[in-house]
Amino acid sequence: MVIETERVGTNLIVTVDGELDLETSPEFRNLVEAKLDQYQTITHLILDLKKVNFIDSSGLGVILGRFKRISQDGGRMSAINVSDQLKRIFELSGLLKIMNIYNDRKQALDNF
Amino acid sequence: MLENYLKLEFPSLPQNVGLARLVVSTFASQLEFTLAEVEEIRVAISEAVSNCVIHAYPNKTGTIKLELSIEDGLLTIVVQDYGVGIQDIMQAKQATYSTQPERMGLGLVFMESFMDQMELTSKPMEGTTVVMKKRPERGFVNAGFAGSN
Repeated sequence: MVIETERVGTNLIVTVDGELDLETSPEFRNLVEAKLDQYQTITHLILDLKKVNFIDSSGLGVILGRFKRISQDGGRMSAINVSDQLKRIFELSGLLKIMNIYNDRKQALDNF
Repeated sequence: MLENYLKLEFPSLPQNVGLARLVVSTFASQLEFTLAEVEEIRVAISEAVSNCVIHAYPNKTGTIKLELSIEDGLLTIVVQDYGVGIQDIMQAKQATYSTQPERMGLGLVFMESFMDQMELTSKPMEGTTVVMKKRPERGFVNAGFAGSN
């Protein structure tokens, strides 16, 4: 799994490439936590999931954990480029209720 | 009729969750599963093996036994561990119940939702066995087409 992050104003865009499961989710958690520590002004976490071909409950758990952190500070979380398969698992887990899904980065940035 | 089977043992390491997914999805592709069904199977096996790594052997590495079979067009997946077992299966099956923070308690829910059948048997300090079964939805459709040719 490869994770890239980019800060755009108060947005942190996290691009994930690979599978988010028990093996890889600690890396996601540690990297996003470190970036949120580094950039204290972030209020919008955007997950770009275009290259994510698998998420299970371990992956959903670390996404939920980051939502809890960002929402505690009054921020929001969004996901972009979400496949139908991922959308379904987000829906089953209840994550769709707490985060917005946008088609692409521009839409996510425009709507915040 | 038993058409194919596979038996595999591996240690309860996080990197073996992806390995189990790969083995099971490759094995399952011998049946007429749709891509969406294969995705469901991948999630179910991922949850079953992750549970062994996290819960069955919390402080050590133990053995996970994986058995796959195809019999009369039905895929059966058996995941067995020899770990600590589950004290209260009813409680474990409740959605969002989890013994650990940052875990969603959805593993068993996904396994039940994504497979046709899921059975869990467990004895404290002896281990847990999960049996999951799934049959391709479109198997009958294809059989119909084959018959009409």
